[in-house]
Amino acid sequence: MENFSQKFSKTKKQKMKQSVFRVISNRAVAKNTYEMKLSGDNSHITAPGQFVNIRLDGFYLRRPISVCDVEGDVLTLIYKVVGKGTEKMAEMVGGEELDILTGLGNGYDLEKSGDRPLLVGGGVGLPPMYLLAKELIKAGKQVKVIAGFGSADEVFYKEEFEKLGASFTVTTVDGTLGIRGFVTDALGTVGEYSSIMTCGPEPMLKALYSDTDCPAQFSFEERMGCGFGACMGCSCKTVTGYKRICKDGPILCREEILWEK
Amino acid sequence: MGKMSVNLCGIELDNPVIPASGTYGFGYEFAELYDINMLGTFSFKGTTKDPRFGNPTPRIAECPMGMINSVGLQNPGVEKVISEELPKLKKCFNKPVMANVSGFSVDEYVYTCEKLDKCEQVGWLEVNVSCPNVHGGGMSFGTSPEAAAEVTRAVKKVTTKPVIIKLSPNVTDIVSIAKACEDAGADGISLINTLLGMRIDLKTRRPVIANKMGGFSGSAIFPVAVRMVYQVANAVKIPVVGMGGVSSAEDVIEMMLAGATAVEVGAANLINPYACKEIIEDLPRVMEKYRIDDLTDIIGGVK
Repeated sequence: MENFSQKFSKTKKQKMKQSVFRVISNRAVAKNTYEMKLSGDNSHITAPGQFVNIRLDGFYLRRPISVCDVEGDVLTLIYKVVGKGTEKMAEMVGGEELDILTGLGNGYDLEKSGDRPLLVGGGVGLPPMYLLAKELIKAGKQVKVIAGFGSADEVFYKEEFEKLGASFTVTTVDGTLGIRGFVTDALGTVGEYSSIMTCGPEPMLKALYSDTDCPAQFSFEERMGCGFGACMGCSCKTVTGYKRICKDGPILCREEILWEK
Repeated sequence: MGKMSVNLCGIELDNPVIPASGTYGFGYEFAELYDINMLGTFSFKGTTKDPRFGNPTPRIAECPMGMINSVGLQNPGVEKVISEELPKLKKCFNKPVMANVSGFSVDEYVYTCEKLDKCEQVGWLEVNVSCPNVHGGGMSFGTSPEAAAEVTRAVKKVTTKPVIIKLSPNVTDIVSIAKACEDAGADGISLINTLLGMRIDLKTRRPVIANKMGGFSGSAIFPVAVRMVYQVANAVKIPVVGMGGVSSAEDVIEMMLAGATAVEVGAANLINPYACKEIIEDLPRVMEKYRIDDLTDIIGGVK
């Protein structure tokens, strides 16, 4: 048995919880990108790579946001303003309350990381890599991170990842910071890796899938209705049958993936 | 506390609240959260003869006070529903369940209903006639009184349990369709299914939903649903199950006043997984507020 934190032990059953969180802070960390810290009951978050689903006043559907970090009762989320819902989130200040469903999604399987996992995050696919890196490093793994962005002003959490003890390689499409190009352009610069754990836009996942052949876990994104497996809004086809991105995913292993679209 | 139980087609419900098909899966996602035996019953995920993946994604679009879905009847097919889903459900639900059935031909409806009718756990068959008829040029069965009656008659011939026909609101005269189903032997009518809707993304200028259009549901459609339930309940003698945008105990009372014997709750379950639990727990307070001793007394009670 590997030495992962008790909180993220595989024996814990994935189970959702609805509860109220209080905003501690909400600050811009990059262009259109915000870090929100909240306090509340994190007990149902049982794996890095899970997400929460946030109810916002004036919006019918909840907003699914991936978990960046949990530390005691503090939950950290990083989100990009992409529409009216996230615009509203960006306006929130300390003390405000949010109705949040936690414990959603399967999360990464830490035991499949190998000794030298490579974590690849594209844009706001990077946040879940933070808790993942933290847990893997705690368990004695040598963690390397590649973070892909469009431009230097979108880059966030470089120091935070380095503080954890992870090597952190940045790529930008326009070359304004780090390696010019996409995350796949950095694959040859990071040395050997035992597996890939990744989250980001689908074209990036696809490129990583075809440019590598090591064990890999990919986090997928889809427009969701409920976020907890009831509505079948986010289904996809896999080698092992139909899966709901929200409940059976968002993490799929290389062997399961069927690229359809 | 007032009396909340109602009788739906000969089966007693502890209360009139029924999660609607497609918003409650086969119950067990919700059984993680609360004891689903508190429900009147629930209508399980629309089941077809063959397994279906459904439509391409994105299948969901948000709207003010509602949402559009175009799931396309994803389900494992009737054999698997019976061999896998119902046994799982048995562990967390001990009341008769409502079996929701869809089909793309009369034969498919007959096949699926006949199988489900034999399942001990099934209390009612709710037959969704909103799907397109592949032998009828793709026109939905629910848009013509003749086609809806044909499905009703065929299903009634092979079943013993109460058959409730679930109607589409996307028609010019819902009353004539409801009456045709009643004449064909339906034991009840449920309405409304979703309203056909569409959203367009301004950035891409494409429909938000992959299938372009989908079913609009949520609080926004509640007034349309109340109106149609009222019209149908006044035209037929069989029980009517009202649904469409119901999200509070007050909405349940309003639907019943319009003529509903029982009330289904749909989209509300997706944004608040505790919606039905909260509605049921709030009913006694609302009944007391409006001086209702027995919910059965208010069915169709609008003056």
